[in-house]
Amino acid sequence: MENNVIIDLRNISVSFDGETILDKLNLYIRNGEFITFLGPSGCGKTTTLRVIAGFLTPDEGDVVFDGKIINGVPAHKRQVNTIFQRYALFPHLNVAENIAFGLKQKKMKKAQIDEKVAEMLALVNLKGFEKRNVNLLSGGQQQRVAIARALAVDPKVLLLDEPLAALDLKLRKDMQVELKNIQQRLGITFIFVTHDQEEALSMSDTIVVMDGGKIQQIGTPTDIYNEPKNAFVADFIGESNIVDGIMHKDRVVEFSGHTFDCVDGGFNTDEPVDVVVRPEDVDVVPIENGMLTGTVTSVTFKGVHYEIIVDIGGFMWMIQTTDFVGVNEKVGLFIEPDAIHIMKKSEYSGKFGDYSSFSNELDELSDAESEPEE
Amino acid sequence: MNSSAVKEKSSALQRFLAAPYMVWAVLFILVPLVFIAYYAFTDDNFSFTFDNIARFFNATSEITAESGEVTEVRTYILIFRRSVRLAVISTLICFLLGYPVAYIISRMKPRTQKTMITVIMIPMWMNFLIRTYAWMNILQDTGIINLLLVKIGLQPFHIIGTQAAVVIGMVYDYLPYMILPIYSVMAKLDVKLFEAAHDLGCTSFGVLRRVVFPLTMPGVISGITMVLIPSVSTFYISQKLGSGKFFLIGDAIEGQYIANNLHFAAAIAFIMMIILLAAMALLRRLAEIKFKGART
Repeated sequence: MENNVIIDLRNISVSFDGETILDKLNLYIRNGEFITFLGPSGCGKTTTLRVIAGFLTPDEGDVVFDGKIINGVPAHKRQVNTIFQRYALFPHLNVAENIAFGLKQKKMKKAQIDEKVAEMLALVNLKGFEKRNVNLLSGGQQQRVAIARALAVDPKVLLLDEPLAALDLKLRKDMQVELKNIQQRLGITFIFVTHDQEEALSMSDTIVVMDGGKIQQIGTPTDIYNEPKNAFVADFIGESNIVDGIMHKDRVVEFSGHTFDCVDGGFNTDEPVDVVVRPEDVDVVPIENGMLTGTVTSVTFKGVHYEIIVDIGGFMWMIQTTDFVGVNEKVGLFIEPDAIHIMKKSEYSGKFGDYSSFSNELDELSDAESEPEE
Repeated sequence: MNSSAVKEKSSALQRFLAAPYMVWAVLFILVPLVFIAYYAFTDDNFSFTFDNIARFFNATSEITAESGEVTEVRTYILIFRRSVRLAVISTLICFLLGYPVAYIISRMKPRTQKTMITVIMIPMWMNFLIRTYAWMNILQDTGIINLLLVKIGLQPFHIIGTQAAVVIGMVYDYLPYMILPIYSVMAKLDVKLFEAAHDLGCTSFGVLRRVVFPLTMPGVISGITMVLIPSVSTFYISQKLGSGKFFLIGDAIEGQYIANNLHFAAAIAFIMMIILLAAMALLRRLAEIKFKGART
């Protein structure tokens, strides 16, 4: 194994009351990377974080930190610190005392502590806030104090449990940039947990997509987006049309009654597959030029583009186009070979990728839910 | 309807709903206090006097020691100091027992917590005179404890009629008043705070000392108030469990009252109240300085 691995999770299993939360999870994390655990509520991402932090002992498997197995090492002895979802600042201490909490525990001298606190306040742009009451700070400021408090003790790894979930959109975007900057400046490993795919794509070096206590895919944001491994990943990351197809031979696939050229290969002859086409990769063309034809059933203006739903032989496709088309209009669709991504059939096949029950409102609602506490 | 109208209406409703309490408070709290003060500073003819107050500080009696030596003591000062000493000891024991109990209960499953709190409250549903009698039976020389000790071949011990027995009675009676306020503050603490403290290097004891204790200070103060004040002024427990040998200030008030010395009884009660109020104010002030931000 590469020697710059800082955390190695080997065959980790966790269950609560007979319910499996993590199922033989294997994952290694490189020193200095920004890695994100991404998945819906209950996928096991927070549990994985708690296993690394030492709040939870796995039923099976080993947690290896810096080459040493640390299964039995309690949280207070691990060189890992956590930013909690709702910050968990100590309400009886002011800003400086919160940041100094871990330093005092290390029995550092007062002058050293003061110096470190000042350094941390500068890092998170809170100079002059030393004596403030943490209960009276805004969400964003509390977030910064939490970051400063965790980083003050010089952890090798910082764990962030949906730290931005409680902030409003504008602040969330700002904090994303700031967190990324802090991570790059300090060069330490950040393990970030979120259910927000956009956040994951814009911040991470590596994304770990999880569902049902298992890792579905590990990769860079572009890998995950462009080459999803299965229907779950394709659906969870961005919008996807996922249709059944037959892989006739390398680089030739048939779906929706038409045979397409594509760029993927390595499947058996006539193997049934899942075909992913991203909404932005479909061109709306006159019917005579189209590879597929369908009827527009709804049009939503999104600012930069229109989001239209097109009925192609009973399967609802989502397509993003900058040209206006009317409802009930018949349109032709054109798909480039490299816009077609082929995936092996999986347990998720047929569950995602049809937009017949699509509603913007529902989508936003499900985005807003956060992981329940164990 | 606009919002200010709603607000006005609700505050009128609030005043209406609060009215019975206000009447109750004036009738049963304020009026008796005024009467106590009035009686404390008047004589039998209801003319103003400091005599009752002076009597509390000056009354003396003679104590014969075992050696036969006779010393003169200021009766009520002695009784008052004894009351405070026993009350402080009881309060301290209540705190040392009650705090861990509250902590342990607050860490249990919610359903178990409810059961435990009910169990702690059940004795409070019974009259305290009956409970004190029960303790008399338990602690007597021929009581249950001593019978059991003799049964298993150990020496019986004598405890009834000692200060220890009085303290046991007080601790038993007032322990729930220590546990409940501490528990109610503790149960509301965010578990994430404990995890955060662990995460930053605290052992379990460190979490208790640096996070749990300062944050439960308001509960501790209420608990101390609710135990210290009634145990300073308690009566009857000392008569029964102390076999009447440790006359406490509550007993003195009761005795003077029964002897129809209403004015002097009121004076003792008045002085005790002033001293306790001052002590509690001081305690609160100290706690606020030490644990700023932990105010309720």
